[in-house]
Amino acid sequence: MIPLSWYLIFAAALFCIGLFGVLARKNSIAILMGIELMLNSVNVNLVAFWRYRTPETITGQVFAIIVFAVAAAEVAVGLALFISIYRRRNTVVADEINLLKW
Amino acid sequence: MATETLIWLLLVPPLLAFFLIVLFTNRSNRLSHIIGVGAAFLSWLGSMVVFYRAVTTEHLGEHPFTSSFNWLATGDKYLSVGLLVDPLTAVSLFFVAWTIFMIFLYSVGYHNFGQPKGDHDRPGLPPHGATVTDAHGHSHMVPSIEPMYARFFAFIGLFAFGMYLLVLSDNLVTLFVGWEIMGLCSYLLIGFWYGKESARAAMVKAFLTTRIGDMFMLLGIAYLYSFTGTMNFRDILYNQEMLNLLASTPAVGGFLGLSAAGLIGILLFFGTVGKSAQFPLHVWLPDAMEGPTPVSAMIHAATMVSAGVYMVIRFFPLLSAGMEHGHLTTAMTVLSVVGAFTALFAATIALAQNDIKRVLAYSTISQLGYMIAALGIGAYVAAAFHLITHAFFKALLFLGSGSVIHGMEHGVLHTGEHVDPQDMYNMGGLRKKMPITFWTFLIGGFALSGFPLVTAGFWSKDEILADAWGHGHYVVFGVLALAALMTAFYTMRQITLTFLGEPRTKAAEHAQETPWTMTLPLSILAIFAVGAGWVGIPEHFPGMGGLIPNWFHEFVGGTLLEHPVAVDFNFIPLLTSLVVALGGLWAGWTVYSRVKTLKTVDPLKPVLGGFYTVLKNKYYFDELYEKLFIRPAQWLSATFVSLWMDRTVIDGFLHGVAAFSLQVGSALLRYFDTPVVNGFGNQVGEGAKKLGHLLRPIQTGRIQQYMILALVSVATFSALFYYLLVYTR
Repeated sequence: MIPLSWYLIFAAALFCIGLFGVLARKNSIAILMGIELMLNSVNVNLVAFWRYRTPETITGQVFAIIVFAVAAAEVAVGLALFISIYRRRNTVVADEINLLKW
Repeated sequence: MATETLIWLLLVPPLLAFFLIVLFTNRSNRLSHIIGVGAAFLSWLGSMVVFYRAVTTEHLGEHPFTSSFNWLATGDKYLSVGLLVDPLTAVSLFFVAWTIFMIFLYSVGYHNFGQPKGDHDRPGLPPHGATVTDAHGHSHMVPSIEPMYARFFAFIGLFAFGMYLLVLSDNLVTLFVGWEIMGLCSYLLIGFWYGKESARAAMVKAFLTTRIGDMFMLLGIAYLYSFTGTMNFRDILYNQEMLNLLASTPAVGGFLGLSAAGLIGILLFFGTVGKSAQFPLHVWLPDAMEGPTPVSAMIHAATMVSAGVYMVIRFFPLLSAGMEHGHLTTAMTVLSVVGAFTALFAATIALAQNDIKRVLAYSTISQLGYMIAALGIGAYVAAAFHLITHAFFKALLFLGSGSVIHGMEHGVLHTGEHVDPQDMYNMGGLRKKMPITFWTFLIGGFALSGFPLVTAGFWSKDEILADAWGHGHYVVFGVLALAALMTAFYTMRQITLTFLGEPRTKAAEHAQETPWTMTLPLSILAIFAVGAGWVGIPEHFPGMGGLIPNWFHEFVGGTLLEHPVAVDFNFIPLLTSLVVALGGLWAGWTVYSRVKTLKTVDPLKPVLGGFYTVLKNKYYFDELYEKLFIRPAQWLSATFVSLWMDRTVIDGFLHGVAAFSLQVGSALLRYFDTPVVNGFGNQVGEGAKKLGHLLRPIQTGRIQQYMILALVSVATFSALFYYLLVYTR
């Protein structure tokens, strides 16, 4: 059986890829995709820990499903925001969307 | 209903009427007078029942109707208040109920109910008349309704309550309460037409003058209570031990060598001096004529002034405590001197007055002096008798004079002539125009002068004179006889000038008889002005004595522990009273029937010379009091209290305090508030602002920079925590 550490290393790698995408990409949609990757790496962690540590309960799976749901909701809201911003400012480049500055 | 319950109910209607009118019905004149007159009627009805039961009770003096309850707790005792109907109360209740009811009824007509609203009438001024246009298109002036009609009934309702309370009280406290309620109401009613300067002055004068007497009376009440520990009349006055104790104890501090009874009696008598307008506090009563005439009748005949005399009659046992062998006590001497002097003194002033109401006012003072003098010489029953007959005929005279004035006002409005409708010289010949008023006024006037045999005034006055003669008080007898002569004289002068002869002005020619609401009370009171005397005809009076038993003497005498003995009949006082009454009337008629025109001077003027002017000006008492009391009081208040004490001392001190506070305040502002408190606040604000400027650059609005910052922060803090919590462990 594949040891737990492999999964953890895989998840960490996936998290770093996602983090890099979030920090480095200019396109907002790509940033959103990076966030998805980070969330999914966490899901991998959760499921792996569940399988290897407490397989008798279903808490890990439930937790993962909650994260899915939250991610899906977040993407829905995020994409809607971006569409709205695109319509108003004709761009989806994150650096150009600096409305939070006062 | 038990009489003890019924006597409580007598008090209710007038008080209720006052509150109902004031609170609810004051917009409706009709409803207000129905309530007012209705209340007077109910109390009258109840009083008659009580009177009937009292009269038919054997030995009422020993077993009066009483009803009381504990009111105020004083230490471990209670101040008990309640009502009492003994013979004196019963007869007082009789005249009070009748006169009050008649006056209420009269007021309806006097205040022109049913007449149109005046053209220019304002509340606080007498009605000026209204212009009406008749069927033929002629417009003329008629009397207009009183603008404050409802208010009048509310006030006299309260007044009636005060009088009923006073008469029915079984103790000094509620008596004093009723006394003061009437004081208040007289103030309100004398100044009923408060738009007139003179009415305002009169109301204040009446209130302040009676206040002087009331203050002494209150002292007397307090002394009596501290001495006896009770306020109840029966416990003090129907209790020989208590009276003896009061008479034998010297007054506090040995005051003028008086006994406690004497001092208390004199103090209480001061209350009467104020209330019943005896010398030297008589000055308010004539001025009180500023009020509407029913008020004058109410105050000067039926209630307030009678209340003062009622009170001293009530306290006669106290005043006479310690009297031995017909020797007068000090208090009684004071009473007889003040009373006799007032009787004569006021009668002389009445000789020279031209205002129809003022003559009656002075005659009231004089007659009250009569009663006081009678009491002073120990003629208890005679004083009570005269109180009652006087209440009837004086109410009649006042209401009659009101009717005359009313008729004259009608004439004044009709002709548009500018004459004073109260001046008797402007009248004359009114007997043809106002027959009912004339005949009733004649009866009242004859009763006042003591017209022999038929009128009530004759019997009561004769009894006083007989008492004075019989007990050997010849000085009092002489003074009172002289006063009686003058009384007859000025009464006939009044009747002659007003009703007899020919009209001296246009207004008098057009005077008109008053409505039935005014003439009916006059007629009823006229019956009493004659008939009230028949209950007290002396037993041995030649011819008439014994036909009717001397009921009054037996009945009222029963109020006292020791029933007074009626004096033996003597021809001298009888002849005297015949001579003075008839002589005075004849002289008045012969002198004043010569006044034919408006320009005729008063026939007394050449006879009396300068003294006439003195009388005309009422012995300059108003001026004297003005100089003696009012000016110093004004000086004291204006110069001393206001200018010096108030403005200089107190204001100066206050200004000093204010200036000091101002200095302290500005110093605090300069050295503490501005630099310290404000400085601190400003520094906090500035500091926050600077910090904000400092941190502003990192707020770029670029999401990825924020995230990098977050990542770096998380990494740094994680490393730090790891170092601190794990590595160094």
